[in-house]
Amino acid sequence: MDVQDIIKEENLVYTKTKLMTDNVLSYCPGCGHGTANRLVMEVVDEMGIQADTIGVSPVGCAVFAYDFMNIDMTEAAHGRAPAVATGIKRVWPDKYVFTYQGDGDLAAIGTAETMHACNRGENITIIFINNGIYGMTGGQMAPTTLEGAKTTTCPYGRDVKTMGYPIKITELISQLPGTYFVTRQAVDTPANVRRAKKAIRMAFENQKLDKGLSFIEIVSSCNSGWKLSPVKANQWMAENTFKYYPLGDIKVNGELVSK
Amino acid sequence: MKELRLMKGNEALAEAAIRAGVDAFYGYPITPQSEIMEYLMAQKTQERTGMVTLQAESEVSSINMVYGAAGTGKKVMTSSSSPGISLMQEGISYIAGAELPCLIVDVVRGGPGLGTIQPSQADYFQATKGGGHGDYHLIVLAPSSVQEMYDFVKLSFDLAFKYRNPAMILSDGLIGQVMEKVEISEQIPRTTSFDPSWTITGKTPDRERNIITSLELDSAVMEKRNEKLQAKYQKMQETEVRYEEVQCEDADYIFVAYGSSARICLKAVQIARQKGIKVGLLRPITLFPFPTKPIAELSKRVKGFLAVELSAGQMIEDVKLAVNGRTKAEHFGRMGGVVHTPGEVLEALEQKIIGGK
Repeated sequence: MDVQDIIKEENLVYTKTKLMTDNVLSYCPGCGHGTANRLVMEVVDEMGIQADTIGVSPVGCAVFAYDFMNIDMTEAAHGRAPAVATGIKRVWPDKYVFTYQGDGDLAAIGTAETMHACNRGENITIIFINNGIYGMTGGQMAPTTLEGAKTTTCPYGRDVKTMGYPIKITELISQLPGTYFVTRQAVDTPANVRRAKKAIRMAFENQKLDKGLSFIEIVSSCNSGWKLSPVKANQWMAENTFKYYPLGDIKVNGELVSK
Repeated sequence: MKELRLMKGNEALAEAAIRAGVDAFYGYPITPQSEIMEYLMAQKTQERTGMVTLQAESEVSSINMVYGAAGTGKKVMTSSSSPGISLMQEGISYIAGAELPCLIVDVVRGGPGLGTIQPSQADYFQATKGGGHGDYHLIVLAPSSVQEMYDFVKLSFDLAFKYRNPAMILSDGLIGQVMEKVEISEQIPRTTSFDPSWTITGKTPDRERNIITSLELDSAVMEKRNEKLQAKYQKMQETEVRYEEVQCEDADYIFVAYGSSARICLKAVQIARQKGIKVGLLRPITLFPFPTKPIAELSKRVKGFLAVELSAGQMIEDVKLAVNGRTKAEHFGRMGGVVHTPGEVLEALEQKIIGGK
């Protein structure tokens, strides 16, 4: 049977999200960004809030999110997205405002902006893609890089004695009273993709209810930066990253989840 | 009936912001301008007009809040003083690059570094020559009275929106702190309509998505964007120059001074005239675009210019470019928060220009 014969309406279990543009994704094959971008747009589409949603695009690989997401967006300087989102949300309190940030952006240069937007309980959604490396600049060490992991700026592996420990920014911000919903998800398997989407939906619903800040970490792989095939990168992530960054809800409805 | 009040420069500016229908002020305290946010907070701006006043965690954050809100078409502003403005330069470059209107107020204090809290004009380069990375300019207005602190708020927003460019009010610790009579204007309602062609107010079915960005990886396209920016600055230079001339008609010598220095020079002009020396004052009101043409015209007939600044000599470079060697152009300044006296200014004129070679 020819491929064209298979691609038929009745055989499709999944179609391209309406709110994703036709532009070709600039993400590497195997990267989680494409899936995460799509999930956000699916939620916006399903909630029917395209005309009320404003996104803040980061630096790094996802800076071109505005080429793929068919909504109004603003680019932000490295780390400043939570401040930019605050500025928007305060003058448009009825709009849905989200940031989409990587680990170098959010957990290194933007630590102050992240902490304080969370602490003020800004009624926004922060989507945090953690792949433990600086992808766009060529695979340097991130604050989230695991101990022993090799990057171009720690080619012999991250030595915590001299380079510090991988930072669990999500656990940190969960301690702040301004955060309402804090969760860690992944998009490596169909089941995890569904869970991640459910979390994103809950975050946007929280905005509608003016509940304060929702923070969704999505643990992702950077197969190019990690120098692994897409499949191996996902395997490595499941075996190593999830141990240090365990998946699941950390704070729900303003209450820490007891483990 | 006009409403008159006795106010500090900083307070007048804050009241002007409310009355100009500003939507949001995002700031961070620093002397000598903290009264601006204190005044706004005390006035309960949210209740008065719906204006948002928010204290950010840093100047870096406050300028990025401005950037975000400016992209939505709202009237937004921040204020700070020299070390804080240095922290904002990253954000200011992005705002200029993305061509967003907003107002940044710099109530200058002595530097460099932490410096002093006393008045200075040593941020001139930073304000008029870019300050952050890349080729860009702000529209820079220099008030020399409490009334102008008030009036320039509305003017700044008018110019910022006309050119979709950030504007700056470059004041100093003296103008910010001095109390004077100020005439208060009527309240302008906050606008609710926004230009849909560029603002990020939510993509509606009738238009394409709007994107606020300064990023362009294609150098050829980026060069075009830069050329467009430069054309805009050129247009400002042709149409937006503002300045005041005092007794320049018959003057042999001209002081060039702005802000608090201009006030001191005004006194020096009076003293000089009493002594029979024909001196005038040219006071730039816009520092960018700079009044190059009027200075060039005067340089054809006067015997010299003295640029008087509270700095080591910054505006003097623009004066010299305007004079272009046709006549003498010298600088006199005090630094580090020290304010010169009219006597010192006149003495400098006599030594450097009248008696100088």
